[in-house]
Amino acid sequence: MSDPTQTDARRIAEEARDRVRFEEEALDLSDQVFRVARHLVGSREEAEDLMQETYARAFRSWRSFTPGTNLRAWLLRILTNLNIDRGRRQQRAPQTTSIDEHSDYYLYNKIEEAEGRPLDEERVIEKLSQGSIVDALAHVPHNFRDVLVLVDIGEFSYADTAQILDIPIGTVMSRLHRARRILKGELAEEVAT
Amino acid sequence: MTGSYFDPCEKCEEMMQPYLDRTLDDMQVQEAEAHLEGCSYCRSRYRFEVSLRRYVRTAAAEQMPVALKAKLAALRTPLQ
Repeated sequence: MSDPTQTDARRIAEEARDRVRFEEEALDLSDQVFRVARHLVGSREEAEDLMQETYARAFRSWRSFTPGTNLRAWLLRILTNLNIDRGRRQQRAPQTTSIDEHSDYYLYNKIEEAEGRPLDEERVIEKLSQGSIVDALAHVPHNFRDVLVLVDIGEFSYADTAQILDIPIGTVMSRLHRARRILKGELAEEVAT
Repeated sequence: MTGSYFDPCEKCEEMMQPYLDRTLDDMQVQEAEAHLEGCSYCRSRYRFEVSLRRYVRTAAAEQMPVALKAKLAALRTPLQ
């Protein structure tokens, strides 16, 4: 019969090894998690605070992660839950009643109209600055922006996004559709000014 | 014909996002591609959509501060 002290020691060593592996994998993903977090909240400072809270919680509750599943989605689920807990969403209530939503071709048409002549698509893109994209994103109401950021910046599938935000896939699709139109409306306003 | 007219470009515009997201069925994909093939107006707007999505992804990518990375690493459980 094996010595119980030795069995315990082996179990503790195995657990420590699993935990270290988990922590390393989570840290390797931190750049990608930050890229999403940065646009889910209003400022870089808020994003940094949220990242620290997220990783502190993830490291504490690492046993609840199922190995072999999507760790990046698991970390973002924690992050979005913390974001809600901190009441940031309540402070920035959605302005759904005053959203300007235009058709899909609206931005392209607006840029072409401003130039007064037909343009090829590369020239149209050149009219948009990096800063204008970041500003326009910040103006998209948060419940639409969350979906847009997860899918178009985080490159999450609809299914992962639905799981992270705890909403149905149909809601992900409809919010994404509206979010892209709102974003383009915001960009068109900048082009016009 | 009065009452049954529809604008194919308007329909193409409606299908643009689902086409790019690959959520259309085979028949709709064929319909969208046949229209794009013959319509330079929609084709240039399609190319713009592709470029815009790529541009939004790169323009929004902000590098994580090195100091934050160090702070996250410091949150690891100390080795016994």
